[in-house]
Amino acid sequence: MTFLSTIKAAALSAAMIVSVALPAAHADEQYFPLQSYRVGPYAAGGTGFFGGFIDYLNLINIRDGGVNGVKLTWDECETQYEVERGVECYERQKSHAGAAAWNPLSVGIAYAMIDRITADKVPLITVNHGRTDSTDGRVFPYVFPLLLNPYSETSGIVNYIASKEGGIDKLKGKKIVVLYHGSPYGKETIPIYELLAQKYGFTVQQIEVPHPGNEQQSQWLTIRRAKPDFVVLRGWGVMNPVALKTAVKVGYPVDHIVGNVWSNSEEDVIPAGDAAKGYTAITTQASGNSYPVVQEIVKTVYDAGKGNLEDKSRIGSVYHNLGIVNGILNVEAIRVAQEKFGHRTLTGDEVRWGFEHLKLDPAKVEALGAKDLFHSINVSWDNHEGEGYVTFQQWDGKKWNVVSDWIAPDWALLRPIIEKSAEAYAKEKGIKLRTADDANAVTTN
Amino acid sequence: MAAITGDVFAAPVLPKWIAPVLLLAFAYGVVPLFGSSYLFEAILLPFLALSLAGVGLNILTGYAGQVSLGSAAFMAAGAFAAYNFNLRIESLPLVGSIVLAGFVAAAIGIVFGLPSLRLKGFYLAVSTLAAQFFVQWALTKFSWFSNNSASGVIDAPRLSIGGFALDGAVGRYLFALTVVSILTFLAYRLVSSQTGRNFIAIRDNETAARIIGIPVLKTKLLAFAISSFIIGVAGVIWAFAYLRTVEPDGFDLDRSFQILFIIIIGGLASIRGAFFGAALIVVFPLGLSRLGGFLLGDVFDSGVLDMSQRIVLGALIILFLILEPDGLVALWDRVRRRLLFAWQST
Repeated sequence: MTFLSTIKAAALSAAMIVSVALPAAHADEQYFPLQSYRVGPYAAGGTGFFGGFIDYLNLINIRDGGVNGVKLTWDECETQYEVERGVECYERQKSHAGAAAWNPLSVGIAYAMIDRITADKVPLITVNHGRTDSTDGRVFPYVFPLLLNPYSETSGIVNYIASKEGGIDKLKGKKIVVLYHGSPYGKETIPIYELLAQKYGFTVQQIEVPHPGNEQQSQWLTIRRAKPDFVVLRGWGVMNPVALKTAVKVGYPVDHIVGNVWSNSEEDVIPAGDAAKGYTAITTQASGNSYPVVQEIVKTVYDAGKGNLEDKSRIGSVYHNLGIVNGILNVEAIRVAQEKFGHRTLTGDEVRWGFEHLKLDPAKVEALGAKDLFHSINVSWDNHEGEGYVTFQQWDGKKWNVVSDWIAPDWALLRPIIEKSAEAYAKEKGIKLRTADDANAVTTN
Repeated sequence: MAAITGDVFAAPVLPKWIAPVLLLAFAYGVVPLFGSSYLFEAILLPFLALSLAGVGLNILTGYAGQVSLGSAAFMAAGAFAAYNFNLRIESLPLVGSIVLAGFVAAAIGIVFGLPSLRLKGFYLAVSTLAAQFFVQWALTKFSWFSNNSASGVIDAPRLSIGGFALDGAVGRYLFALTVVSILTFLAYRLVSSQTGRNFIAIRDNETAARIIGIPVLKTKLLAFAISSFIIGVAGVIWAFAYLRTVEPDGFDLDRSFQILFIIIIGGLASIRGAFFGAALIVVFPLGLSRLGGFLLGDVFDSGVLDMSQRIVLGALIILFLILEPDGLVALWDRVRRRLLFAWQST
């Protein structure tokens, strides 16, 4: 059995050599560990999102020479959206000095990282997704479900349907079917739809589509019998185009289907062909490449041959723009923290402070070249979501067109539910609720 | 030839127990002193959990000859059962939850082992697929299993035994190492006992085994129960010590195949084989990916690198199996015999 010990010894020495060989970060570098996924079933989302993120970091480096002279660096570790690969990547990348924030874009990986990043004091960003109750910064000091958590998304969708019906009081007596993906992600919003149905007096029927969702005949026959006023599509991957095609087959009008934030990309509608025409979906960041920041990325990064997307027609697609918005939020958080702690490489805890003071009003968003790309964000030490606004876009067969104003979810209604859930978590884990003073105590080295 | 054979037997062959004892002494005494957190979190913990699952499956498939594709389901059953015992019975110590979780997995193993009384080979493999799909479906469908957590993903409780907190990487490693050592020792005793020989008899010729008086039905179900018990505990280690979070998706069919490959590559009907196989499946891809990232990380993006690593890994596995169809264990034994022989002839 000495072979095994040889392997262990070899692994041990290899690990030590690699950790020694890693270059120490310069005093003027800030590092982003990217747990990306470019292969596997969710590669479409991974390449678009991480492509946009890297494009924006490149833009800052090339155009501005970094953030106040601090150069941004990153490396990628392939996760294939699998939890254990994400954990391995986390352990591999965390030895790199000067890590700013983690952005795994995977609920499963994010869950596995919460304890680890809290111990290491580096923020974890789950833009537009993640664990809803991590919005409560009193319990989750280092987790940031920026812009939109699943409950706010639900509230935004219901508010949009209300506006189409002519007001929130018109929801009374209406019928909504939620078609959800049979996974933890899909089920997360079941209680909140029930709650909103009770509050506004509409009836809701929630139907599960077993993973992966490439057969939905019986679900859509049920929907046809139920004759709902609207269908909310809470899908993922292949489930989305199949839902749209099956809806056409059973004769349900596509313009009465509203997609959620993971059913809103080009990759969801193009495979459905004509069946997707008229389909509407929620988003926090509009699609398209006309926004100044996207144009600058094309000019500065792609024209210099440094663009990350291989397929340039995906520039300005939903996932790519989400990556750009995520880049803006990360970079601006660093900028905020630098104003407080100095123009140098920041610690993870300092970046956390930056995120907790990340306030971009519409004027600031316009100055960043992102007017109408996303609305605004207002993060505080106890609200880690930051009151993101949502908008709705309709697919015309070729591109998404924005069809609504920026809509605010009903945060006041959701906050007590989030706090209750977070407090239960704190009790289970023996976590002491953080106060504003705790949030201002920052580890600076 | 006679002289050579005589020489080999005359060699000062060390007692059988010495290698495992030395290895354990190294694993307990030396590794915790020098290991980095990466070594524990990313290499040793998944290695231990999957090795144990491999030991469990090897009892069923390697020794008793019943092919199973439901290993991940039994891991999931163990992990979720331990979580629920720990959550709902407050006075129960951690070890108690783990043992009970093993029994839950064993019970599920018996239920899904019932078809083995009528089915063999590929047909049995397909019917154990039912376990795979059913358990995953049930854990997603009934939110009670995940304590009504909104997303169905649960956090593992803190590890502590008799007041000792084992939260750090080293603590969790020692915990996993202890559990794996104990169960591996018991498995080793089992396969060299009468029950173990019954397993082998059924594997080699079921009719003959029946004729010499081995209770075939009982023995097969026993193999399913013991194997599922061990795999269930492996699931607990996977969830509590390694990932510290559990979601049903983490125990999908891919994981079942992974465990099956571990025992095929490591060596069927060999306890050591599970460890060899797990080392190859867990450690080797990581080494390859780090090497690839180190050498070519600036040239290609991570997706291309990952794809080429898979090609290299696949090719190497084919090569291994052609060179030694009996697995890494047989390869290792052959190398050792040669070395011993070379040493003696000098």
